[in-house]
Amino acid sequence: MAHLSHRDYSAMAKRTPLYARHAALGAKLVDFGGWDMPLHYGSQIEEHHRVRRAAGLFDVSHMTIVDFADPAPTRALLRRLLANDVARLYPGKALYTCMLNEAGGVIDDLIVYDRGEIGYRLVLNAATRGKDLAWIAPLADRFGAAWRERDDLAMLAVQGPEALAKLESVLGANTVASVRALKPFHALEADSLFVARTGYTGEDGVEIMPPAAEAPAFWDRALATGVAPCGLGARDTLRLEAGMHLYGSDMDETTTPLVSGLGWTVAWAPEDRDFVGRAALERQRAAGVPQTLIGLVLEERGVLRGHQQVYDGEREIGLTTSGTFSPTLNRAIALARVATGIGDRCRVEIRGKRLPARVVKPAFVRHGRSLID
Amino acid sequence: MSSIIPADLRYTESHEWARAGDDGIVVVGITDHAQRLLGDLVFVEIPEVGRVVTAAEGCAVVESVKAASDVYSPLDGVIVEVNEALADNPELINQDPYGEGWIFRIKTTSTLDGLLDPAAYEAVAAADEDEDEDAGTLANPKLVD
Repeated sequence: MAHLSHRDYSAMAKRTPLYARHAALGAKLVDFGGWDMPLHYGSQIEEHHRVRRAAGLFDVSHMTIVDFADPAPTRALLRRLLANDVARLYPGKALYTCMLNEAGGVIDDLIVYDRGEIGYRLVLNAATRGKDLAWIAPLADRFGAAWRERDDLAMLAVQGPEALAKLESVLGANTVASVRALKPFHALEADSLFVARTGYTGEDGVEIMPPAAEAPAFWDRALATGVAPCGLGARDTLRLEAGMHLYGSDMDETTTPLVSGLGWTVAWAPEDRDFVGRAALERQRAAGVPQTLIGLVLEERGVLRGHQQVYDGEREIGLTTSGTFSPTLNRAIALARVATGIGDRCRVEIRGKRLPARVVKPAFVRHGRSLID
Repeated sequence: MSSIIPADLRYTESHEWARAGDDGIVVVGITDHAQRLLGDLVFVEIPEVGRVVTAAEGCAVVESVKAASDVYSPLDGVIVEVNEALADNPELINQDPYGEGWIFRIKTTSTLDGLLDPAAYEAVAAADEDEDEDAGTLANPKLVD
């Protein structure tokens, strides 16, 4: 063992409205994108299993929420700003998309909610907040789309097969009945509550955005139903099992959606929609997309991590972008960006040894079940 | 949350413990403090029996969901036995770091006198506790090497 950790004291970490709750529960708190966030409350693996088997509660109030009030200019703005097309939306529908630079690199990935007459809501990452807002602000000005950051809102996720049942005593049976009627990637608004059937775990569940002042009471009522508090550690292993991307690991400003397994989020039609990055993506597509994002399952004992070299025979063909030990599958899994044309086997170098791995579609677990066997 | 530091063991600044047994055999593991910081362990790479090691040489690796960390030999010697149970049950280190979670035994001619006594290790762990927060990201933990 050596130095187990070190901390950067240069900036005071921000705290969510639930910070005192995390501290009281004995959470291990870590810096994440400038926020003091719970990594786990005792056992990351136990929290992971609770979400797959029952229900877990996450504080994700560090996420950046931006509201646009005026639907018409915002719609025009977002059709320029985002690689996916908000013309596909209707009130109550959500869309996952990348926001690109002119070179087609990913500035951030985000979810945009169509709120009808109320406007649009964007949920962006926490660590990218500064650069995202700096990128959006001048373009929003040009389109005359007024926006404001909603740092007065908290954000909580309740995820797992029992999530909606557990929420009945928190939100009321009527509201939960309405939530059940929502299809995935849809949202509803009830009083001061914004409830979306979205998540980052591959399980059923919701993401809720209450006013910050109401968040602690919501948290307490949810825990009282037996939902397990879960930290960002379990959130990461759950999202990776589900094959969901993490910004900064699986894609960033140097990679396009096409080499990141996110081509499905790019709306090419209509052809005359000139979104930022389109020309670069079209050039890459015409030249032939050189890389692809794959899933890997390690066939021996060990743990896959990001930045490990992937070999096809003796030839290095790419790097893992995210890797972990999968608690559900009880073996190591990873996402990797490799040269296109890989077969169904490869080797990954771990501490100088090249261990065999199987190539799979980059989604490992959904609704508690393995997708790889 | 203070960690357990048994009075009858010796320690290293890099968070290994050592227990002197009979015939110059020393049992080695990682401390309760270390396993707490690492979190749930999911893989242990154990050394080969017969390997000659020198003090401060990395000879095992413990991996949690969060990060991989080397385990250093506290002394010069030869690995004479390894804890095979860790292959299937790495969580033994979390559950019982000073007992069932032992990692290897080395035969040595050295004494433990050069290692930290419990009071000295407590100071090391306490200083470390103050910076008990990881600088790596969750997906890309800072690998310790």
